[in-house]
Amino acid sequence: MPKVTFLDETCKGCGLCVRVCPKKIISLSPQINTKGYNYAEVTDMEQCTGCASCARMCPDCVITVER
Amino acid sequence: MEKQLMKGNEAIAESAIAAGCKLFFGYPITPQNQIPEYMSKRLPKIGGCFLQAESEVAAINMVYGASGAGARCMTSSSSPGISLKQEGISYIAGAELPAVIVNIVRGGPGLGGIQPAQSDYFQATKGGGHGDYHLIVLAPGSVQEAADLTYLAFDLADQYRTPVMVMGDGMIGQMMEPVVLPQPKTEAAAPKTWATTGYNGKDRERNIVNSLYIEPSVLEQVNMRLQKRYQVIKENEVRCEEYMMEDAEYMIAAYGTTARIAKKAISELRKQGIKVGLVRPITLWPFPEKIFQKYTDRVKAVLTVEMSCGQMVEDVRLAINGKIPVTFFGRTGGMIPTWKEMAAEIQKLAGGVK
Amino acid sequence: MAVVFSKSKVLTDVPLHYCPGCTHGIIHRLVAEAIEELGVQERTIGVAPVGCAVFAYNYFNVDMQEASHGRAPAVATGIKRALPDSIVFTYQGDGDLASIGTAEIVHAATRGEKITVIFVNNTIYGMTGGQMAPTSLPGQVTTTSPYGRDVNHCGYPIKVSEMLSTLDGANYIERVSVNNVKNVIAAKKAIKKAFQYQVDGKGFNMIEVLSTCPTNWGLTPVEALGWLEDNMLPYYPLGVYKDKGGESK
Repeated sequence: MPKVTFLDETCKGCGLCVRVCPKKIISLSPQINTKGYNYAEVTDMEQCTGCASCARMCPDCVITVER
Repeated sequence: MEKQLMKGNEAIAESAIAAGCKLFFGYPITPQNQIPEYMSKRLPKIGGCFLQAESEVAAINMVYGASGAGARCMTSSSSPGISLKQEGISYIAGAELPAVIVNIVRGGPGLGGIQPAQSDYFQATKGGGHGDYHLIVLAPGSVQEAADLTYLAFDLADQYRTPVMVMGDGMIGQMMEPVVLPQPKTEAAAPKTWATTGYNGKDRERNIVNSLYIEPSVLEQVNMRLQKRYQVIKENEVRCEEYMMEDAEYMIAAYGTTARIAKKAISELRKQGIKVGLVRPITLWPFPEKIFQKYTDRVKAVLTVEMSCGQMVEDVRLAINGKIPVTFFGRTGGMIPTWKEMAAEIQKLAGGVK
Repeated sequence: MAVVFSKSKVLTDVPLHYCPGCTHGIIHRLVAEAIEELGVQERTIGVAPVGCAVFAYNYFNVDMQEASHGRAPAVATGIKRALPDSIVFTYQGDGDLASIGTAEIVHAATRGEKITVIFVNNTIYGMTGGQMAPTSLPGQVTTTSPYGRDVNHCGYPIKVSEMLSTLDGANYIERVSVNNVKNVIAAKKAIKKAFQYQVDGKGFNMIEVLSTCPTNWGLTPVEALGWLEDNMLPYYPLGVYKDKGGESK
């Protein structure tokens, strides 16, 4: 099953990954990281196809994709 | 070692090549055009690179890039073009890069004239770019000196990782004199381990050529480092000619072409029994203040002569520090002072015509 | 399972200082990936601009030089002429390249300098707080065009890709965008091609990347992508404007 890993501390909560995920399984957490950003997280990893759209859109290289 | 009859500008160019200058970036402006023209002919023949840049601004930034990549390179221009280069020069100083910049000075300010002048002294020694930095400024007084000092400039630039200016008045650039050119360097220069030559992750740290230090405490440290360097240069690199000063009662302070004319005035004055000598700074920065100070209790007065409205005279006054009178005589706008005018000024100091 | 997407080794570990959602981050990554995939990291030298990307030398794991504002193409020229076997790129914003640096970019292009220029066009001056840029659109509100850019007063934006494509010295010029994944993939391809051409000894190569500035546009990062799509794509059409090695507009 494809998997994506998000580096919570590097995420700036910009939301670009949320916009581009074709499965709409990314959202910004209600929690904040130490910089104060609501970091992005995958709500339903089972649905992830490993398309890497999120990783390609992320300006901060937060996301690693495995397939 | 044979003498060749050469124009100052060409001697400067050939001498730079002898010093290992492989890249020249410049832009046409009178009265230094022979330098880029000569370089455009010679450099391609020896595997070097001549590029006529789109402006003097572009040229100085090409020097920045090539120097940062470890190459001996130079640019040349004249007064208005040197004004354009000031930001780039400040960057070169701040990034601690070696570079040679030749200024063949013409009348100013503004578009000015194309005849010789010495009105860029302030710009060269007190700035003219922003920030706390200094250029080593070498002022030749002959075509031979122009060749020798250009050759030296490259070594000083590399040794101290600092920009060096060779500043000749327009006469020095244009006149032809016999010159013995310096021997081309045979041994390879020491590798510049700080240069951006490509980072392979193994041999060294990544190199960044930069003058931006956004933390004030860090920028202050950088400035302190530069100041220490300038102190070392002041202690070691002063060059000055003292001519007939052993028994002199009056001193003429002058540099470049003006100093040569002063020597004629001195010879004529001595025939009339007036003991006058010349102190000729060859490095305008570092200024030979200690040499001037040597004479304050041996000489009655100093006449500073420049092809300007009075720029070096301020440094002469600072060095003399009020101990004896310092007067000024100048011609400007491209006018050349005559030996008779200089002699008349000394005669005034000496209490009238004998 | 294999890792199919991870951070390029041509990017350092230094966290990017850019605003959340700033497309500089995407573009930096694409440049780094291109350099890595072409295997030229060890001989690449980058030139950083003055602008938001002024600290680019902290992010690219190659030797770098910091240029004065607008002069990166001249600095790059100096480096490339001194080290012809190096791969030299500049990374410039719209103020750096299209305002103060107009002469330098035109002449680097006309000389056919064998360099790769990454031109980040976000129609505004980011670092200095949102002033008008030469690429700001008619009617666009900025801090120095508070009533909207008035073309009667200060003219029209510059279409840099179109302009430079008229020069015989230019080898490859393409305008791309990073507003969605499809365009990011196309942008990566273009950037890699612009580096490949340099590896092949060809120049001048430039990729204009339409980008966002959420902070100075006063929009969220996602809204900013929408603004780019609605306003910039029609004015700055994507496409290949020059390609001596292939087809162009």
